[in-house]
Amino acid sequence: MSEIKNETTTRTGVRSVEFVKSLESKAPGGPIEQRWDKHRFEMKLVNPANRRRYTIIVVGSGLAGSAAAATFGEQGYNVKCFCYQDSPRRAHSIAAQGGINAAKNYRNDGDSIFRLFYDTVKGGDFRARESNVYRLAQVSVNIIDQCVAQGVPFAREYGGYLDNRSFGGAQVSRTFYARGQTGQQLLLGAYQALSRQIAAGTVKMFPRTEMLDLVVVDGRARGIITRDMVTGKIERHVGDAVVLATGGYGNVFYLSTNAKGCNATAIWRAHRRGAFFGNPCFTQIHPTCIPVTGDHQSKLTLMSESLRNDGRIWVPKKKGDTRRPQDIPESERDYYLEERYPAFGNLVPRDVASRNAKQVCDEGRGVGPGGQGVYLDFADAIKRLGKQKIAERYGNLFDMYQQITGENPYEVPMRIYPAVHYTMGGLWVDYNLMSTVPGLFVAGEANFSDHGANRLGASALMQGLADGYFVLPYTVANFLAGVKPGGLSTDHPAFAETEAEVSDRVKRLLSINGKRTVDSFHRELGRLMWDECGMSRNDAGLRKALRRIPELREEFWQNVKVPGDGGELNQELEKAGRVADFFELAELMCIDALHRTESCGGHFREESQTEDGEARRDDENFSYVAAWEYTGNLAKPELHKEPLVFEYVKPSQRSYK
Amino acid sequence: MKLTLKVWRQKNGKTPGEFKTYQAEHISPDMSFLEMLDVVNQDLITKGEEPIAFDHDCREGICGMCSLMINGVAHGPKQAITTCQLHMRSFNDGDTITIEPWRALPFPIIKDLVVDRSSFDRIIQAGGYISVSTGSAPDANTIPVPKPDADKSMDAAACIGCGACVAACPNGSAMLFVAAKAAHLSFLPQGQVERYQRAVNMVMQQDLEGFGNCTNIGECSAVCPKEISMDTIARLNRDLIVAALKGIEPAAQPAEARAG
Repeated sequence: MSEIKNETTTRTGVRSVEFVKSLESKAPGGPIEQRWDKHRFEMKLVNPANRRRYTIIVVGSGLAGSAAAATFGEQGYNVKCFCYQDSPRRAHSIAAQGGINAAKNYRNDGDSIFRLFYDTVKGGDFRARESNVYRLAQVSVNIIDQCVAQGVPFAREYGGYLDNRSFGGAQVSRTFYARGQTGQQLLLGAYQALSRQIAAGTVKMFPRTEMLDLVVVDGRARGIITRDMVTGKIERHVGDAVVLATGGYGNVFYLSTNAKGCNATAIWRAHRRGAFFGNPCFTQIHPTCIPVTGDHQSKLTLMSESLRNDGRIWVPKKKGDTRRPQDIPESERDYYLEERYPAFGNLVPRDVASRNAKQVCDEGRGVGPGGQGVYLDFADAIKRLGKQKIAERYGNLFDMYQQITGENPYEVPMRIYPAVHYTMGGLWVDYNLMSTVPGLFVAGEANFSDHGANRLGASALMQGLADGYFVLPYTVANFLAGVKPGGLSTDHPAFAETEAEVSDRVKRLLSINGKRTVDSFHRELGRLMWDECGMSRNDAGLRKALRRIPELREEFWQNVKVPGDGGELNQELEKAGRVADFFELAELMCIDALHRTESCGGHFREESQTEDGEARRDDENFSYVAAWEYTGNLAKPELHKEPLVFEYVKPSQRSYK
Repeated sequence: MKLTLKVWRQKNGKTPGEFKTYQAEHISPDMSFLEMLDVVNQDLITKGEEPIAFDHDCREGICGMCSLMINGVAHGPKQAITTCQLHMRSFNDGDTITIEPWRALPFPIIKDLVVDRSSFDRIIQAGGYISVSTGSAPDANTIPVPKPDADKSMDAAACIGCGACVAACPNGSAMLFVAAKAAHLSFLPQGQVERYQRAVNMVMQQDLEGFGNCTNIGECSAVCPKEISMDTIARLNRDLIVAALKGIEPAAQPAEARAG
């Protein structure tokens, strides 16, 4: 967060405000349950008659972006919303299956705002900011109200009231869901609210438009440079505040459960313009995905982890056993999770299940093509409950599995393998969700804020909508109330300079005309990141990656082949720009992973484990948010630390034995 | 596998397009249809040719971005899936596959297999929502919703807005898309207040965009990856009749139809 230092009038007559960077969280003090209320009262407001004079730029139209853009529009601001897809309805929030958490306690089973807060801080392995997480739990209840009013068809009980389920090992049933399509339905709710504002003229939508840079004027975010993906036109957009809600960066690994278009360009460009990057190495790997079948693989498909409730995970005891699973006798199977974690068995948390799968595959005991898979076997469950019951519980997942693999999981065990799923890291933001660049706000998966080092199931949707509907509308208003609207045109030299840089970069990518395709570079980078900065990391591997990434990046800029030109739809050019940014972000991820020599949540450093092979946190040295500043030298970013203080949830070591 | 592809290539909306033939070699039956196109594209790029442009994103059948008429069928030969969920094991070695974009007046071609479906967005903007501003909602359990209604609402809400219904319809009608949105909201108590106005507004916008009329052919539902039922269309028609009896006119300011 920043302080207004002094106000001056520049030679062009534009009133400017100078800001200073600091890493103060701006989280209010006092009892945690009163902080958000107190802060809301203390924040400044913008007079309704004045709101239309302020322009807010929202980049991204997923849960956080659509919700924010719609709400700003309802409040009377002038909003411009951008997305790379052909419609805001297609943002990747749509793919979330499981559900959304809320502390409604409709089940009367002991849930409360405090319990959701507690679970989230603990689940995040004590690397999140308490004040933010508490607020998230508080507004979670309003989200469900809002969504029901919008017409989100949540699952209901026969009495007509909302149904809940327990998710991801939670001890209470607080997850609301709409079949296996909760993300889709919540996004359609936000999309419809956004559509209403587009029709009302408060929001102007720019689909098939990609943000390629942030424009900073006198230290403040004042606009963006975009490329119209149909005409290729590079354009300038000016605003009084900029909101980035552009999602996570899991595609740095090439293979992930993210949509193909998901990218880090908006947040990375903002980082290069002064926004600190928080905890970039915190990545979540999901244990139940369909394994890779070959080099052609373009993405990974997630299957609900509810499958682990009835499936038993195993690999052959013998290395390189090529027998069919049904030919391997019980005595030669290793049910390794049941063996190692008798209390939790196959239901250990995501990170533990993932790491163990990698370990047995690394030992040469993996199954399926390439040996990168473990069995998830339903034979016992079918014997115990009958095929009918299993079909009722998992029928759609079994169908999906068969569709993709051509194998019938009622007859042969499924094969699963972990895949990159979510990135907890992102741009650093204060309690107001403002980055270190004044006027630049970051929401949803794009920011680092609420999940610490590990996200709980059904919490991503909650955070996206909390930020968009219930946090940004207050905090952005507070910022705008402190600045005069407008007063800047896109003719300002900062716009011209930034646009020139963007155009040069596009031209450069098109002119290299080398020998290798964008995809081949992306695959190689992804493989390297998966091997060295994936499920488990160590000093030597990370150093190796840090040597290799700059070499590969250099080769990319010398030898990539981008066909076509910039003045039309050019999907290779789009990919090339994104991959170029992934190369830079990948280096920062490895630097962060190397510096954090403790293990916590999704970040497992092999050097920091207990005798049982479990993650060992180092609270004495690492109880902080690592916020990295771009210095102009990719290899030498500057580390800033935001210390984390736990007043309400005392840090403890996780154990699942 | 080895395949012959006949692919529609068109530089942009102003230039006429044509079919071009490509050989796809070393195709694995485990590939998805889009991964097969990826492989063909990597070859084209290496040879210095322009790759085939096609829309795609989530590649798991939910975002609605992928499209393609495959051998004349929207989303290909398998039922209830999108093109991205179709795998090459559904084809035989040596097959010839014809690949075209969605063809409909309100879906103008942008390039190759990519079309502009923003007409769908404008239909939603014309009324496909419940007018409730953030913060004004009562507690979520204030109004019980009978489970069968909630389930029917969800059946219709599963629409991914891909446009296969329009591409498959000989009339180029968007009725299944419009009806799915109308049914999603009209099965819920929250959607009752604007129910008839919504139906009238969305159908008016559909007409303005140049979509054809529904003559109950049923191709739409047959190719729908989410198996949206034609019952939704009957329901929408019923709502339109009620709206007419109530004298409900389209709202004064429709979202503007795309110029040209």
